[in-house]
Amino acid sequence: MAATAPQTPHSLLALHGVGKTFANGTQALANLNFDVRAGEFLSLVGPSGCGKSTALRIIAGLSAPSAGGVAWLTGGIDADKTSHIGFVFQEPTLMPWARVFDNVALPLVLKGVAADTIAKRVTGVLDRVGLEKFARAFPRELSGGMRMRVSIARALVTEPQLLLMDEPFAALDEITRFKLNNDLLQVWQTTGTTVVFVTHSVFESVYLSSRILVMTARPGRVSAELRIDAPYPRDQNFRTSAEYAALCRRASAALARAMTEERPIGGQP
Amino acid sequence: MTRAEPNRERRDRLLQIALPILVLAVGLALWEAVVRINNIPPYVLPGPGLILRTLVDDWDLLSQSLVVTLATTVEGFLLAAVGGVGLAVLFNQSRFLEYSLYPYAVILQVTPIVAIAPLLLIYLPQPLAVLACAWIVAFFPVLANTTLGLHSVDRNLTDLFSLYGASRRQILWHLKLPSALPYILGGLRIAGGLSLIGAVVAEIAAGSAGAGSGLAYRIAESGYRLNIPRMFGALLLLSAAGIAIFYALSFVNHLALRRWHESALDQEA
Repeated sequence: MAATAPQTPHSLLALHGVGKTFANGTQALANLNFDVRAGEFLSLVGPSGCGKSTALRIIAGLSAPSAGGVAWLTGGIDADKTSHIGFVFQEPTLMPWARVFDNVALPLVLKGVAADTIAKRVTGVLDRVGLEKFARAFPRELSGGMRMRVSIARALVTEPQLLLMDEPFAALDEITRFKLNNDLLQVWQTTGTTVVFVTHSVFESVYLSSRILVMTARPGRVSAELRIDAPYPRDQNFRTSAEYAALCRRASAALARAMTEERPIGGQP
Repeated sequence: MTRAEPNRERRDRLLQIALPILVLAVGLALWEAVVRINNIPPYVLPGPGLILRTLVDDWDLLSQSLVVTLATTVEGFLLAAVGGVGLAVLFNQSRFLEYSLYPYAVILQVTPIVAIAPLLLIYLPQPLAVLACAWIVAFFPVLANTTLGLHSVDRNLTDLFSLYGASRRQILWHLKLPSALPYILGGLRIAGGLSLIGAVVAEIAAGSAGAGSGLAYRIAESGYRLNIPRMFGALLLLSAAGIAIFYALSFVNHLALRRWHESALDQEA
């Protein structure tokens, strides 16, 4: 049942037999195999505790796998992985003491980019997420949705090839979430970046993704793969279409199967 | 309801100012009355009127002493601020240094300053000994608070900095020190009051050795001469100095944090 990293010529990276056991003995991931293809919108969906966030952290290099590894399949990325990755956390994770402009500029400042280049790129990316008027504001003066936009702008400012998002909209109300879903899709389409999106919402993943990986819990493995072929741009019409409902039903069924799947001893597929 | 709210708030604020003043006025009047009715001689208990007159008459002498004590306090405070923050940063950068030196910083703190002062007066010239006392009592809260602050950095932000390849110096400058700022300022507010106490303790210790001209020395000297009104006058100036220091530091605290930290925000900003 588990996919064994089917690599295509367009693969950006592949996880090979990735396992992660924490110091307290919890086995978060076992024999996780999948690839990320250039330009796709890939969602990892699974029950809480299935290690989807851990997988994301391993891809980002924030956490080291206990077994297996991540192979970058595009030349040149290995040299300086960090300039090719943008990460959006579950919380906006902004520096409360810094204005929106300085929060977004942070990745460039840390890399020692010249000030005028920083100004140009930050202004551009704030424009893209609709926050051009709030550059001088402090994070606490913004709403939750706007803070998340700042966080996304910061991830985009380095023009990353790969955007990793860890349940970024989980804490937002539905209206804001729908709006940000649409804006995210627009950013994804205009920048051509690859997105790996972690969520526990089947509905959100179907709406956004070109491909969904359903994961099982404890230890996390890929249980099913779904292609969502509905054309982009997607909008409110897609969200209310019969096709969307059918896809959600399929994804929900796959998730239900994943949650009842027997737990493999020792993580062998 | 909506009209009554601001009215009640304004009345509340008025009461907050008016009530302490009223208590002061009643207290002073009672004091003056008790002294006059019972004909208490000034060398036992001077009335508030006499104290005020002494303050005016002896202003040249007392103001000189005030300047001396304030100078010691400010110098001790500045040294404590630099030393406390500097040492905390060093400890944070080097575990080796922290383990080696932290216990001695604690010992310096828990040993009563009154007991250390006479020793310092033996080994150091008198102005330097007074300054050392002010520094010893004031620096520990700065060190302890800064250490706490440097350790209280948001984990996600730490991840973010490491994702973008920040150097140790960048992490210190852009993340740890700004995160620690509210703690540092809290430590400084305590240190301001304590450095005044340290200066006073050392002056009293030095005064009994027959030297010095600070306010605390004036108090000790006036005590020997049974010049009780001048004692009260000097005491009044010391209190005023303490209050001024506290409010000055609170103001700095407010300026530095008002835009972003919970502690300095208006209730409904």
